[in-house]
Amino acid sequence: MGMIRRLSDIPREELFVSGHALCAGCGIPILVKHVLKAFEGPKIIVTATGCLEVATTLYPRTAWKVPWVHNAFENAAATASGIEAAYKILRRKYGYDKKVHIIAFGGDGGTFDIGLQALSGALERGHNLTYICYDNEAYMNTGIQRSGATPLGAATTTSPAGKVIPGKPQPKKDLIFIAAAHGVPYVATLNPAYIVDMYNKLVKASQIEGPKFLHYFTPCPTGWRSDTADSIKISKLAVQTRLYPLFEIENGKLRITFNVRKPKPLEEYLKLQGRFRHLLEPRNKHILDSLKEGIERYWKRLEMLSQLEYIF
Amino acid sequence: METKTVKQVRTGLNGDEAVAYAAYHADVDVIAAYPITPQTIIVERLSEFVYNGLLDAEFIPVESEHSALSAVVGAASAGVRAFTATASQGLALMYEILYIASALRTPIVMALANRALSALINIHCSHDDVYAVRDAGWIEFFAENVQEAYDLTIAAFKVAEDKNISFPVTVSLDGFILSHSVEPLYIYNSQDVVREFLPRREPLIKLDPDSPITMGALALQDYYIELKRAQAAAYEATPPHIKKILDEYSEFSGRRYGFIKKYMIEDADIGFMVLGSTAGTMRHVVRKWREKGRKVGLISLTLYRPFPIEEVIDAVKGLKKIVVMDRSYSFGSPYAQLSMDVASALYDLDERPELINVIYGLGGRDFNINTAEEMWEKINRPGVKKIWVGVRGD
Repeated sequence: MGMIRRLSDIPREELFVSGHALCAGCGIPILVKHVLKAFEGPKIIVTATGCLEVATTLYPRTAWKVPWVHNAFENAAATASGIEAAYKILRRKYGYDKKVHIIAFGGDGGTFDIGLQALSGALERGHNLTYICYDNEAYMNTGIQRSGATPLGAATTTSPAGKVIPGKPQPKKDLIFIAAAHGVPYVATLNPAYIVDMYNKLVKASQIEGPKFLHYFTPCPTGWRSDTADSIKISKLAVQTRLYPLFEIENGKLRITFNVRKPKPLEEYLKLQGRFRHLLEPRNKHILDSLKEGIERYWKRLEMLSQLEYIF
Repeated sequence: METKTVKQVRTGLNGDEAVAYAAYHADVDVIAAYPITPQTIIVERLSEFVYNGLLDAEFIPVESEHSALSAVVGAASAGVRAFTATASQGLALMYEILYIASALRTPIVMALANRALSALINIHCSHDDVYAVRDAGWIEFFAENVQEAYDLTIAAFKVAEDKNISFPVTVSLDGFILSHSVEPLYIYNSQDVVREFLPRREPLIKLDPDSPITMGALALQDYYIELKRAQAAAYEATPPHIKKILDEYSEFSGRRYGFIKKYMIEDADIGFMVLGSTAGTMRHVVRKWREKGRKVGLISLTLYRPFPIEEVIDAVKGLKKIVVMDRSYSFGSPYAQLSMDVASALYDLDERPELINVIYGLGGRDFNINTAEEMWEKINRPGVKKIWVGVRGD
């Protein structure tokens, strides 16, 4: 099947089935169902502790029609490394003749924070696997605590919009470039409002040998205090405001995959989410300005880097 | 039992090298390990075997012990033979995954070059590190010498992978005392020889795209306890299967392996019990003391978990005193760890020996015939329950 041009090109067969307990408006199932379609043929899935794991495998039920394993919170990349090594030896030593995709999912807590060491190790060692971080910008499964992926100023239960400290004081960690700096062959950003872009990046990742890191932006109505019906709208605005640009770094070459010529005002994105409400108050204008400056710098940097022959 | 030298060669190796040779001869498929003294030689040798093409295995040089155990859980879940090794702080870092490895029924073999836990940081032998594994649902062996470290590592793979067992297994060898001491031993000529005893793993369950399963699901109040009960039942059913494999291995190797070893215990008044390399020292001590007319004997455990309750009860019959020697200490507990096991194993007996707990050898403090003499003097003081030996000013 491979790359697609329109949504109707996507295969119909569902390997991630209904009946799971992910929230209404959650972006995670959109990612998972497309991953299982785009990575054609045999595959094994590892999932870190988090929303995806708890909501899809409540014993004795499972939403997965593919082999799936959950080990712990911080070790999805290490577990996937072991499975990848096992299949390598099964092919080399015992004549197993299929190519098996090894795919790990982790949330932002399990990837940006507690699982970063294991991820770095797996990327550095060069395992042939794909690690996909679904980033909803906080520890949502434990009740909306801030993570290294939470953006500047966002209110969470451990970075509340307080009278003295209005939301998270630190900016978001740039994990995408941290992953790319390992010199891996493929890094890309994904967004549920841009399915064709996402699907084709997944297909590309499935065809590249070596470690692949994919970052998926996903709304969380529960944690973001947004309308469940607005998830795709919010996702689209995340791109259209240039907040979370769509790009890929393939063999060191950066390419912006969706050019945002005229960005929409950031406020349009922020006002749909309760976690940012306080940033629209005049007293917090300095935080809003700082966020906007960060967006501008990041976009300009991407544009400049995209002009270079290679960046890693 | 007569030593079978056919297909075996006599050589000299230290304990770590012996374990590495055992994993090599067991034709292990995936190794994930991280350096830590005094285990490091194991992974160094295995790396050499792999990098020189002697052993066809995937060696994953992980970035931590936590990832080492996580990776072998992954590999074992995929159906291959998996091995790791660690000690002390490294084992402590693995703690979280120890329970997962057992509950997922991954037949991993892990060598432990026993080392004291920090602080103060120390690289020498205590057994306190091993107790991280005690309650986690692993099968645990202790080697007394380098030969046993080699043999038990090979047997451990068969134990772990047996369809009636399918639990992870540790093989402990005393840090430095065994890990770094060269001793003579018999090893097999090749992987082909060992394959007669230990064929390729046939997994009970595995992550297989042709037959999808979900491993490591979420189970809450409505199912967790039934699943734990099932795991406990499976674990409690392992002893006869472990025994059968040790018998098979004894036959195969010509060296006798069981759950416990007894020395001059039948007619003894005072019995001593130990784990690890001190068994050899104590056997010498017992012999010397017998010459002096002291009616003493020795029990050493090869299998620590599941605790060989029946064998221990049988061995202590007729003793007036059982002196349990712990190379560890448990803060706030009635006794140190091994003594607590013995005390609870003997609790239901109508007639049981007096129990004395001896703490010795922490952080590699030498236990020799002089320390043994100090122990003899202290255990014969009236009313003693717990004593330390080999401690300056004590």
